[in-house]
Amino acid sequence: MTEPHLTATSKANERLRLRYNAERRFKLYGQIAIAVAIGFLAILLISIGTRASSAFSRHTVTVTIDNPNVGDGEEITVTEINLAVREALQDLFPETRTDSAALTDLFGLTTRLAVLPLTRELQDDPSRAAGPIEAELALSDDLDLFLKHEVGARQQTEIGRAGRLSRMDDQSFRLSNADPTGFDAFQTAIDGTELTPTRVLVRVSDAWFELQAVSGASLIVRHLAGPPPLLGEQNGGAIHALTLQAESDERRLSNRQIAMALRLQELGHIQRRFNFSLFTNSDSTYPELAGAAAAIVGSLFTMLITAIFALPIGVLAAVYLEEFAKKSVLTNVIEVNINNLAAVPSIIFGLLGASVFLNTLGLPRSVPLVGGLVLGLLILPTIIIASRAALRSVPPSIRDAALGVGASPTQTVFHHVLPLAAPGILTGAIIAMARALGETAPLLLIGMVAFVSEIPTSPNDEATVLPILIFKWFSGAERAWEPMTSAVIIILLTVLVAMNLVAVLLRRRFERRW
Amino acid sequence: MLQTLGQLPIGWLLIAPLAAMGFSAFVFGRTRVGAIPTGMTIGARLNSQPNFHGYFLALCTVLPAAIVLLVHFLFSEAFILGSLASELPAYFTARGPEEIDLFLARVAEQAQLRTAPLSGNVLFDAAVERYATLKGQSRFFALIVAAMLAAGGFWFGRQRLQRKFPARQYVERIITGLLFLCAAIAVLTTLGIVASLVFETFRFFNLPDGPNVTGFLFGTDWNAQTGQDFGAVPLFFGTLMIALLAMCVAVPVGLFSAIYLSEYASPRFRGWVKPILELLAGIPTVVYGFFAAILIAPLVRNFAIWVNELPFTPDTLLAAQPTSALAAGLVMGVMIIPFVSSLSDDVIHAVPQPLRDGALAMGATPSEMIKQVVLPAALPGIIAAILLAVSRAIGETMIVVMAAGGRALITVDPTSDMTTVTYQIVSLLTGDTAFDSARTISAFALGSVLFGVTLLFNIIALRVVQRYREAYD
Repeated sequence: MTEPHLTATSKANERLRLRYNAERRFKLYGQIAIAVAIGFLAILLISIGTRASSAFSRHTVTVTIDNPNVGDGEEITVTEINLAVREALQDLFPETRTDSAALTDLFGLTTRLAVLPLTRELQDDPSRAAGPIEAELALSDDLDLFLKHEVGARQQTEIGRAGRLSRMDDQSFRLSNADPTGFDAFQTAIDGTELTPTRVLVRVSDAWFELQAVSGASLIVRHLAGPPPLLGEQNGGAIHALTLQAESDERRLSNRQIAMALRLQELGHIQRRFNFSLFTNSDSTYPELAGAAAAIVGSLFTMLITAIFALPIGVLAAVYLEEFAKKSVLTNVIEVNINNLAAVPSIIFGLLGASVFLNTLGLPRSVPLVGGLVLGLLILPTIIIASRAALRSVPPSIRDAALGVGASPTQTVFHHVLPLAAPGILTGAIIAMARALGETAPLLLIGMVAFVSEIPTSPNDEATVLPILIFKWFSGAERAWEPMTSAVIIILLTVLVAMNLVAVLLRRRFERRW
Repeated sequence: MLQTLGQLPIGWLLIAPLAAMGFSAFVFGRTRVGAIPTGMTIGARLNSQPNFHGYFLALCTVLPAAIVLLVHFLFSEAFILGSLASELPAYFTARGPEEIDLFLARVAEQAQLRTAPLSGNVLFDAAVERYATLKGQSRFFALIVAAMLAAGGFWFGRQRLQRKFPARQYVERIITGLLFLCAAIAVLTTLGIVASLVFETFRFFNLPDGPNVTGFLFGTDWNAQTGQDFGAVPLFFGTLMIALLAMCVAVPVGLFSAIYLSEYASPRFRGWVKPILELLAGIPTVVYGFFAAILIAPLVRNFAIWVNELPFTPDTLLAAQPTSALAAGLVMGVMIIPFVSSLSDDVIHAVPQPLRDGALAMGATPSEMIKQVVLPAALPGIIAAILLAVSRAIGETMIVVMAAGGRALITVDPTSDMTTVTYQIVSLLTGDTAFDSARTISAFALGSVLFGVTLLFNIIALRVVQRYREAYD
């Protein structure tokens, strides 16, 4: 009678195996869930971080204005400095004096307003305008991205050695290869990748050319920038070809602008610098001139109002509900109401602000004062709930002792309970403030999206805040806004992390176990 | 003179003299009472400590003045603009309230400038002048009243600096009253929300060219920007669709991580992972929106194109829009994970240990114990957590504004762009808003629906959570 017993055991074993498998699967689901959540967080931070990294530096072009001749005893103007800078740039590319298309390209390297910081410096210190001026200007956003290899990724190869150079017409040249094989290999490469010739820039000694055609043993090229070599037999120096990623009509930079930038870089006129203007400039329509300073100050003012409004009221309301309120219908209503208010969508507070503060009370639009009040109402329930938890954690023996030696209820609370609960209250308050700092939607509704080019000086000035700056720059069309937006996100996240760290440290340092 | 007073940015500076007055009143009261000769018998002793007499005098001095200044600060602007509007000539008021509001806003802005140049428009310049005068007058009036109240309060309190005066009782009663006022502000906020939503919604449905309630709630054409069609069904549909997509991500991930963290993970692992998961809740939603629009939306689009190009699918199966409900829903789901996980974690923790021990003692594996004992016991709480998460998803704004597109469509294709209630509120209320057009106040009607629905969810969820906590405590 061993047979049936054996089958029963093996069935049981089989069931057990299935049950253990189910157990392992169940555990695995949990691990996968956690991995998915953390993976998403990592992807988010890494993708934004890598995008932001390029915005923390930028390219500038430096030219020396030898003979400024500006001002003439009057206020120095942007136009004058611009003219002087353009003159200095033209000295570096003499061909622009005769070629108006080249001149347009040259002036496109920087925006007109790039001289604004320099102009302000000179206005403050006109004595500097007498001698030679070092002018350092922000390069246009597209060139900056190009030099950072963000757009138009490129590839430079040697394709031959310079042979004979002869002029075909005003700007076009014919260049032969000193190697007997000619440009056959290059021709094959072009045919193989269906490359249009104009996507290729050719460099011979210091000059940059645009490829127009390959005809057998020679190249037909058009001069772009740099001193053109003397006609005739060359010394056999290398010919480099630079292949650009996009067709010239698909990018915002012309071939000549790229050649000019590369030439300026070789001459040492272009530097890569830490992007201080991200922190010192206010908003601009040009990405290379825009900065977050106004939004940072606006955020500070808004947070100041929020703190002044919400902290005392929140803490005192918590004191009332936790220490003084007797059980009644009214306190019950307040309690239920606070819990529900904490879960009301933030945009509803924006509607409240728009309707009550702007429409009924006639307070001005777009100012930190109103923004701070709206955010204060928004985080009030959070602060009350956190403060009540902190007050509740103070043991009743403290109150009993204080009352026992004759303190009044008010004295008990304000002399003993509240100081002991302060670290917990502060922790909750900091976390609530961090939430307010990242809030966007309610502020959109009270008009804090206005374009603000001046740094606000009081809570009554038009201002914007960091999250809204992120939203605005995100909506910008230029490609350069994307790294800029990411950079502001990194600034905002850094502040938020710092606030949360302070909260954690406070809790660690002052937390008391009763 | 009055006009200069009106232009001074004195609002903030007033706090300093108030504080100074309060402080000197406190010092005065305390020293005055401290100088009263006292004896050891009950009748000869001070009723209250000198400090309380000081506090009493300070409160008497500052409180009425502060209230007057606060009321002035809150309501003077509306009052001035109101009286200015009533003084406008009839031919101008005939242009309609929208025009007047715009005009008054420009007048106020102009008058705030310290050196206001004349614009040349006679009416405008006169209005600016009048505004500045009115503002100066109202400020002057408020300052005089505040100063008189402060002096009167001080005199009133000074009369009571006596041995027998129960200063402490009065001070404590006032303080308790102030504490109650603070607590009442939360209720006032709710009342403010409800009142403004109801009021504007009422106006919306009473507009001559506005829709009726059924047309709003059940109409399927939404075209508010041009102020014509106000059928909100596509918005409700888009909102629910995106919330549903978000829950598809958040519920499994959140629930399973909560189960793993509370039942399987070592305390060390839990101590590390829980804060990391909570980081997800601390990231501003505008950052999620950026992430959704820059990274996830293109991925979704490429995926949709890939699906369309599969041999067995029609080429136009999916819309493959550059912004899509799916992208917004996925990222919103990630944002909500910590809500689901930490709330479910709480309710799973609340299930008593003996239930677990019993199941394990009967030979159940941990997963069987969880599935057959812990989860059924925690189910109401988990459902409440999910309800709270849904209400959060419905009210989320920035992610949908940045990544969900804005077309009012009703379609089951998640890769097409959709619009939501919150998206429409933002797009209707940003930019120039006059509170009279149907376009603007339709946002408040949408807000009412949003508020009502989320409130309902929250009330149900909070009830369930509360009752549930009590059951096992």
